[in-house]
Amino acid sequence: MDIAPTASAAPKNPPPKGPSGKDSATRPGDRIFLGLSRGSGIALLVIMAAIAVFLTWRTLVALAENEGNFLTTFEWSANADPPVFGIAVLAYGTIVSSIIAMVLAVPVAVGIALFISHYAPRRIATPMAYVVDLLAAVPSIIYGLWGALFLVPHLTGLYEWLDQFFGWTGVFAYNGGAPRSLFTVGILLAIMILPIVTNVSREVFKQSPKMQEEAALALGATRWEVVRMAVLPFGRSGVISASMLGLGRALGETMAVATVLSPNFLINASLLNPGGGTFAQNIAAGFKEAGDIGRDALIASGLVLFVITLLVNGAARLIIARRKEYSGANA
Amino acid sequence: MSNAVMDKPPVTVPPSGNTLKQPRLPRWAPAGLALLSAGAGAGAGLAFGLASRVQWGLIAAIVYVAATYALTTAVEGRRQAKDRLATSLIWVSFLVAVLPLASLIWETIARGTKVLDGYFLTHSMSGVITLQPGGGIYHAIIGTIEQVGIATLIAAPIGLLTAIYLVEYGRGKLATAVTFFVDVMTGIPSIVAGLFVLSFWIIILDFGYSGFAGAMALAILMMPIVVRSTEEMLKLVPNELREASLALGVPKWRTILKVVLPTAIGGITTGVMLAVARIAGETAPILLLVFGAQSINNNPFEGAQSSLPYYVYEQWANGNEASYDRAWAAALVLIAFVMILNLVARGIARWKAPKTGR
Repeated sequence: MDIAPTASAAPKNPPPKGPSGKDSATRPGDRIFLGLSRGSGIALLVIMAAIAVFLTWRTLVALAENEGNFLTTFEWSANADPPVFGIAVLAYGTIVSSIIAMVLAVPVAVGIALFISHYAPRRIATPMAYVVDLLAAVPSIIYGLWGALFLVPHLTGLYEWLDQFFGWTGVFAYNGGAPRSLFTVGILLAIMILPIVTNVSREVFKQSPKMQEEAALALGATRWEVVRMAVLPFGRSGVISASMLGLGRALGETMAVATVLSPNFLINASLLNPGGGTFAQNIAAGFKEAGDIGRDALIASGLVLFVITLLVNGAARLIIARRKEYSGANA
Repeated sequence: MSNAVMDKPPVTVPPSGNTLKQPRLPRWAPAGLALLSAGAGAGAGLAFGLASRVQWGLIAAIVYVAATYALTTAVEGRRQAKDRLATSLIWVSFLVAVLPLASLIWETIARGTKVLDGYFLTHSMSGVITLQPGGGIYHAIIGTIEQVGIATLIAAPIGLLTAIYLVEYGRGKLATAVTFFVDVMTGIPSIVAGLFVLSFWIIILDFGYSGFAGAMALAILMMPIVVRSTEEMLKLVPNELREASLALGVPKWRTILKVVLPTAIGGITTGVMLAVARIAGETAPILLLVFGAQSINNNPFEGAQSSLPYYVYEQWANGNEASYDRAWAAALVLIAFVMILNLVARGIARWKAPKTGR
C-alpha cells in the first residue's frame, strides 16, 4: 500500500485511498447495498419497538375500562358490563407450571447432555445429538395432542400414588377426576423444554477445557470426579442460561397448556387438582368469545407475558454473551 | 498434551506387601446386575400385582442403582462407587427422557395412520358433520403452504440482509443493539407475536381475519431464526476470500453477492428451511389471526383460512372419536412435513458445507 507501486503504474493519478469501508461506500452500488442491509437491521428494531408500543396502547385502553384491580383480582370477566379482570391467577399458574417444568427438566437435561458429551460411546452420541435436534422441532400442538389424549389418562396412577403418600402436605392432595392440573402441565412442559436445555448444555460441556480434564485423569480421578471438577464448574453459567432459555419457552407455551389444562379462576393449594390458568392458555381459550374490551384485556395479559419473557430471555442472553463461543440461537 | 503426560518418567513406588492393583468388578458386572434388577423389577411387579409397566421399570432402575452402589463400595471403594452411581444415574436420566419422546412419535404414527389416505389429503371439511368420520385436510394444507410461503417471502430477505449487515458492516452501537434484540426476539412467545398483529392490523387498522395477517405474525417469529443462522454461516466464510476479491478491485457489494453469499449458500438455505419448519407448526398466531375455516379458501388476503396445526387443535377441541382420529392423522402429516424439511435441510448443510480454508 505504499506510494511506490502507484507512482510507477500511474504517476499522474492521485494516489488511491486505502480500501477502507468509508471509501467503498462512496460507490453507488455500495451505498444502496449498505442502506438496504442497515435498513433491515433497523426494521427489526422498529418491529420490536412496535410490538411494545401497540401492546401498551391496547393495554391502556383495557385498563381504563377495568373495574377490578389488574394485578390482584381473582376473576376474568372482561366481557361483562362493567368488565372486571385481573392477572393474579394467570401469573400464579404460569410461574408455578414453569417452575415444575424446570425442576423436572433441568437435572435430566444436564444428565443427557453429559451422556452425549462425556459418557456415551461416539457411535451412540452422534445419532443421539441428532435425535435431540429433531425433537426440538416437533410442533407444540403435537405435544399438546399427545398430552391431552395419552399423557393425561396415564397419569391417574401417579396422582393416586402421590396423594396416598404425600397428600398430607396439601400440595399433593388429589380429589379424583381427570388429572388436568398445573402439575400435568408442568410435566408436559418439562418434556417440551428438554431438547433445548439439552442442546445448549451439551454445546457448553463439549467446550470444557480438554487439558484440565486430562490433568484430572492423569492424577487418577474417576470419570465422575473429572465431570464434577473440570466440566461442571466450567459449564455452570451455560447450564444456567440454558435453563433460562427453557424457562422462557415454558412461560410462553400456548397450545400444549390449552389442550391439557382444565382451567378455572381459583388459586388451588393443591397442584394436582384441576384449576388455575396461564397467560398464553387464557388468551387462546378466551379469544373466540371475547368482545372488544375482552380482546384488549387479553392483549393486556399478553403484554405482561411479553415483559416477563423479555426479562428472562434478556438475562439468559447476557449470561451467554459473557462466553461468546456458544449461543443457543440455533438449538 | 497427553503425550507430554505419558513421557514423564514413571514414579517409583516404594515396595510394599500390597499389590498396586485395586480390586475391580469383572467387566460383565454391570450387565449382570442390569439383568438381575430387571428380573427383580418384573418379580416385584408380578408379586404386588402392579399393572403399569412403568412401575416395573422404575423398581428395576432403583434396584440396579442401589445394588451397583453397594457392590462397588464393597469391592472397589467409595470413589469408584460414586463414579458408578453417577454413570448409572446419567444412563437412567437418558432412558427416562427417551421414553416419553419415543411414546410421542409412536402414538402419532400408530393413531395417525388410521384415517390417513388419499381421500383425507385431497378433501376439505366442508359439509362434514364433526361427529362422523370423513373429511380431510386439503384446505389446511393450502392454508399452511400459503401462510408459511408469505411469511418466508417477508422474513427471509429482511433476515438475510440483517445478517449481512451484522457480519459485513456492523460496527458500533446500532449493530450491538440489533444483535441483542435479535437474541431477545428469538424468545418472543408465538402468542405475543399474534397479539401484536391483532392489535395493529385487525383492531387499529380494521382489516379482517386473513391468512396474510397470520403470515405477518409468523414472519416476526421467523426473522430472528434466519438472522442467527445466516450470521453463523457468514462468519464461517474465510476472510481470505473477501480480501482476495477486494484486492482485485471488486466493490464490496459485489464481493458480498458474488463471493460471500455463494460460499455460504448451503448453510443459509439450511437455516431458512429450519426456520420454515419451526413456524409451520405454530398454532397460536393462526388461532388469533386466521380464525379457521372448514372449506377451501385459496385467497390468503381475504377471509378465514385453516392451517395444519390449527386443524389439529380444532379437531381435538371437537372432542369425539372421529375428530380425534382426524387430529392424529393431521398431526402425523404435520410431523412428517417438519421432519422431512429438517432432514433435507441438514443434508444440504452437510453437502454444501463451506470449506473453512484451514
